[in-house]
Amino acid sequence: MAVLDWLSMALVGAGTLFFIAGSIGLLRLPDVMTRLHALTKADNVGLGLIVLGLSLQTSGPMEVVRLLLVWALALLTSSCACYLVAHATLQARRETGHDS
Amino acid sequence: MTADAAALDILLAVLLVFLVWRLLTLSDLFKATILFIVFGLLLSLAWVRLRAPDVALAEAAIGSGVTGALVLDALRRLGAHGAVDEARPLRLNLARLSGGLLVACLGAILLWSVLSLPAGWRGLSAEAMAAMPHSGVTNPVTASLLNFRSHDTLLEIAVLMLAVLGVWTLDAEPKPSAEPAGPILDLLVRILLPLMVVVAGYLLWAGGHAPGGAFQGAAVLAAGGILLHLARPFYLGNHVIIRLVIGFGFAVFLAIGVMLVVGGGRFLEFPSRHAGTLILVVEAAATISIALILLALFVGNVREGAGRDAP
Repeated sequence: MAVLDWLSMALVGAGTLFFIAGSIGLLRLPDVMTRLHALTKADNVGLGLIVLGLSLQTSGPMEVVRLLLVWALALLTSSCACYLVAHATLQARRETGHDS
Repeated sequence: MTADAAALDILLAVLLVFLVWRLLTLSDLFKATILFIVFGLLLSLAWVRLRAPDVALAEAAIGSGVTGALVLDALRRLGAHGAVDEARPLRLNLARLSGGLLVACLGAILLWSVLSLPAGWRGLSAEAMAAMPHSGVTNPVTASLLNFRSHDTLLEIAVLMLAVLGVWTLDAEPKPSAEPAGPILDLLVRILLPLMVVVAGYLLWAGGHAPGGAFQGAAVLAAGGILLHLARPFYLGNHVIIRLVIGFGFAVFLAIGVMLVVGGGRFLEFPSRHAGTLILVVEAAATISIALILLALFVGNVREGAGRDAP
């Protein structure tokens, strides 16, 4: 049991690191595209690691399925939102003729 | 409460106050809008910490999600010129001072009424829990909303209907861009929309015994409609069918109340044998109506030149 707990801690900790890195990237990187690059890593890998870590603490397979569903939905929406933001940025650049 | 839970609560409280201060004083309205959405999400987290998951669901879906989309949409229509509010940061003038005094008076009255409660009074929760077996549902929040104080809920739906009337009397929507939304947004809609319909149905059904209910389900349904509107713009207009669906929930609620009076009972006092069924019928009708009301608030009036349905 203790081994599982340590493994959970390690996975959740690693996921948190990705979120911290993503947040620093959002604050420090120069433009929209690079910030998106940093954010999507946090959303996808960070959340995935946290979900894996939490899956080891559940009481049954149904909870694991629910957690995985949350991750799958976040993967879908975050990658689509990333595309939409990038697309809008490109359009704005084309219209104004300079970087936004 | 453990120390780390207390630390989380204190962090939440401080963050909420900080966010409100920032979003009221920022002159960049776009940033203020984003902060408003973040504020809503953190507020729903605070409701979870207060063990009120029903309120948390409603806050996340309506307070942060649908209202956030509404404010963003309003901001887009203001255009580049409206994005910066020169009146900010807000300075004190006579109108704001009198408004502030009014709010302070209201706060004082509320504070006074709380302080004037008899000492050691435990509230109405014991009476409410004692009446739970007669309410027809096992979720105390739904029992309160749809049974013990159903008059309030009936009038809340009426207020939402009035809000739609207000939107319809305003200017029509600007024409949408003819550009197609692109394959990615289309894909997102195709996957998310059926899921949202299922989730809305689940929330409606779960309301009887777990956190959920008509307002939460309707908010999810309306969010699906807004997503669809963003991908493929459509106009609701004030066609007679739309108006009928918007009034449907209120009408069913009122009709059941009147039927109870005709049957010899009192207005909206559900007999405990049928209370569960009646509440489910009212909630199902209300979900459809509230969803369309929230969507109508976002989509707005019929586009210019296509107003043939208007009376």
